[in-house]
Amino acid sequence: MAQGLGRRKFLIYGSAGLGTSLLLKACGGSPTSGGGGDIIKVGILHSYSGTLAISERTVVDAEMLAIQEINAAGGVLGKQIEVVQEDGSSDWPTFAEKAEKLIEKDQVVTIFGCWTSASRKAVKDVFESKNHMLWYPVQYEGQECSKNIFYTGATPNQQIEPAVDWLLANKGKEFFLVGSDYVFPRTANTIIKEQLKAKGGTTVGEDYLPLGNIEVTGIISKIKGALPNGGVIFNSLNGDSNAAFFKQLKSSGLTPDKYPTMSVSIAEEEVRQIGKDFLVGHYAAWNYFQTVDTPQNKEWVKRFKAEYGEDRVTNDPMEAAYIMVYLWKQAVEKAGTAEDLEKVRMAAIGQSFDAPEGKVTMKANHHITKTVRIGKVRDDGLFDIVWSTDGPLEPEPWNQYVPATKGYGCDWSDPSKGGKYKI
Amino acid sequence: MLELLIAIFNGISIGSVLLMAALGLAIVFGLMGVINLAHGELMMLGAYTTFVVQNVLKGWGDSWFEVYIFLALPAAFLVAALAGLILEKGVIRYLYGRPLETLLATWGVSLILRQFVRSVNGSIAMGIGVFCCLFFGGLFLLRRRRNWERIKKWAIPTIGSLSLAMAIFKILLLVNLGNKALTKPWFSARNVDVTAPVWLQGGLPLGDFQIPSARIFIIILTLLCLIGTYWFLHRSQWGLRIRAVTQNRTMSACLGVRTSQVDGLTFALGSGLAGIAGCAVTLLGSVGPNTGQNYIVDTFIVVVVGGVGNLLGTIVAAMGIGTLDYLIGSKTLVPMLVGVEPWESFFDFFGTTSMSKVIVFALIIAFLQIKPAGMFPQKGRTSEL
Repeated sequence: MAQGLGRRKFLIYGSAGLGTSLLLKACGGSPTSGGGGDIIKVGILHSYSGTLAISERTVVDAEMLAIQEINAAGGVLGKQIEVVQEDGSSDWPTFAEKAEKLIEKDQVVTIFGCWTSASRKAVKDVFESKNHMLWYPVQYEGQECSKNIFYTGATPNQQIEPAVDWLLANKGKEFFLVGSDYVFPRTANTIIKEQLKAKGGTTVGEDYLPLGNIEVTGIISKIKGALPNGGVIFNSLNGDSNAAFFKQLKSSGLTPDKYPTMSVSIAEEEVRQIGKDFLVGHYAAWNYFQTVDTPQNKEWVKRFKAEYGEDRVTNDPMEAAYIMVYLWKQAVEKAGTAEDLEKVRMAAIGQSFDAPEGKVTMKANHHITKTVRIGKVRDDGLFDIVWSTDGPLEPEPWNQYVPATKGYGCDWSDPSKGGKYKI
Repeated sequence: MLELLIAIFNGISIGSVLLMAALGLAIVFGLMGVINLAHGELMMLGAYTTFVVQNVLKGWGDSWFEVYIFLALPAAFLVAALAGLILEKGVIRYLYGRPLETLLATWGVSLILRQFVRSVNGSIAMGIGVFCCLFFGGLFLLRRRRNWERIKKWAIPTIGSLSLAMAIFKILLLVNLGNKALTKPWFSARNVDVTAPVWLQGGLPLGDFQIPSARIFIIILTLLCLIGTYWFLHRSQWGLRIRAVTQNRTMSACLGVRTSQVDGLTFALGSGLAGIAGCAVTLLGSVGPNTGQNYIVDTFIVVVVGGVGNLLGTIVAAMGIGTLDYLIGSKTLVPMLVGVEPWESFFDFFGTTSMSKVIVFALIIAFLQIKPAGMFPQKGRTSEL
């Protein structure tokens, strides 16, 4: 047997290793933030890694911008906000685990976080069992109303339903539904089918692509077969499939004048990634576009670009994320405390904020009123707003087209009603 | 009649994308027996090369941009082939005959490559440059010493770690300098926009239908690659050596074939074909760090069904799977079976893109029960596996 580790070898390896680590230490030193003083701790729980990191990081940027602004203006109740960030890694059990950690170990007073419905469903139980508070910034499929969650994204009646109504009035009665194969598109399409039935439209076909699939030849033949003379395509694809869908739609000659496509997951950032040539003339429905013409929005876009760079764009989920931080701040100030969550929850209901999209108000069902807009992709990749509601629409978490939830509402200001009651 | 023609065309066009993506793997996995899970990432490198070439040519003017694809194809081939060569020389050649380890190692490589394109920036690239200069320069100098064989055992790890330390130092120095141009990621984790030139965006009208020109382009490209690969393997000196090593490595070595060179070349060829495939799929889909993952399963299925070590099998398998997938997924069969219960409702139920995969996979499983070695089984380096 040879000696395990000779002296010379030991010296060589040791000095090399030591040198490397010293270098690392010397150069990697980061300035530590000064603690102390009166602070309020809040948590941010998004995916900083994994497939959803691209989207979720933009939302974190918006949340951090709001927190910076609040701190610069003197904080909440005279205290500075301190942020504890955790990475959900695009993995649902990790989200639940990190939520518990933020609540138990870091003792944060509230958490801003989540992106997909799957991650929200995973942490919902944690927040409910610990009676804690989550703020959720993304449009979603509805059919949920938790006492412990505040939702600042659109419910279907604040995005999908007005879009379908607009298409029926302006673009045609025959719809083809395309979506990714998971909970949001399937629920959304159930709602659309019920709505079309009620409003005199027809669903001529529907198809689902597995997430990440890029072969859409079959879907395009089906669309041509079902709508030989043109018609409306309602698109709830998510992720990589969108690029494939629009590229192949164009090359198969399905142009937006005959086959207008309405998307609910394509915002400014996605247009940039897919390539605007393929999207010009198609439509998207959101509550916010970067081109919204309000003084608040111009100011916000300017501040955002100053902070994160000229080439960045703002979009709907980012705007919702920005709103929710301010709504929380107002609720805490009204309640006079950040720690007594019951008081903060009660104080949050009725709070209004002049957001970039227009005025929003937190309702008793923990969702906010929102203005709905339809945008048409123009040559520079931003949206021309072709239609918008006159004012903010009331949120309806329980969908009124789906038979199972028709006639139900949600009201957390009245203990006898709660999360789901018969109107 | 026209509809039947369109259906056949669509089936062939799906099949040709599969074939294009699987061709490189058919060589790497089929001829060399290497389970290369980084094959998708080599395609991704090809796609990113296309992105770079496109942006460079955009700066040269519109007439250049129209033909960028013809420059992007060889560039993608070269970049992917080079990456493949480095992969073979750095990792895979130590793992021949150990399929499980190869599988794990190439999986690791695929993770590294994906993270690489997400985070590569000026300072990381310069750091890698510094490391390569120091390490390989040091090796070159030390090799000339007479006592190289004796000092090699401790010299390699020493200069390795020293070069690494210098490279990390350099990266941290550049990062701390705070130069935005050096710390800004080149591609970032976002998908990038590869827009085909106008003549590839449209299509040829045919009655009520329009045949996408991108599909025609890919079919022609696939044919050319097939012919090229066939010619190279069966009509050239190197092809002869590759086939010889495939059939009997020891005997070839005895007869003076440099088997390690042949291995490197074969792997680089397969990787280069993956690069071309990556360039081609930018015409159809998105380009991002995860692009390769969208293809890797399909390519392995094609090669396994086709039979290891046989180009003909790969062709038939790709076309068969593509056509079947299209016929079921697009409900083309339903009108032909009206009234023929239970088949009509059966195909109606499975007639969505995600459900048709269920049938295709079920048929593949059944097929592999009957012919476990694929359509055209052939002896590869079975003795080594």
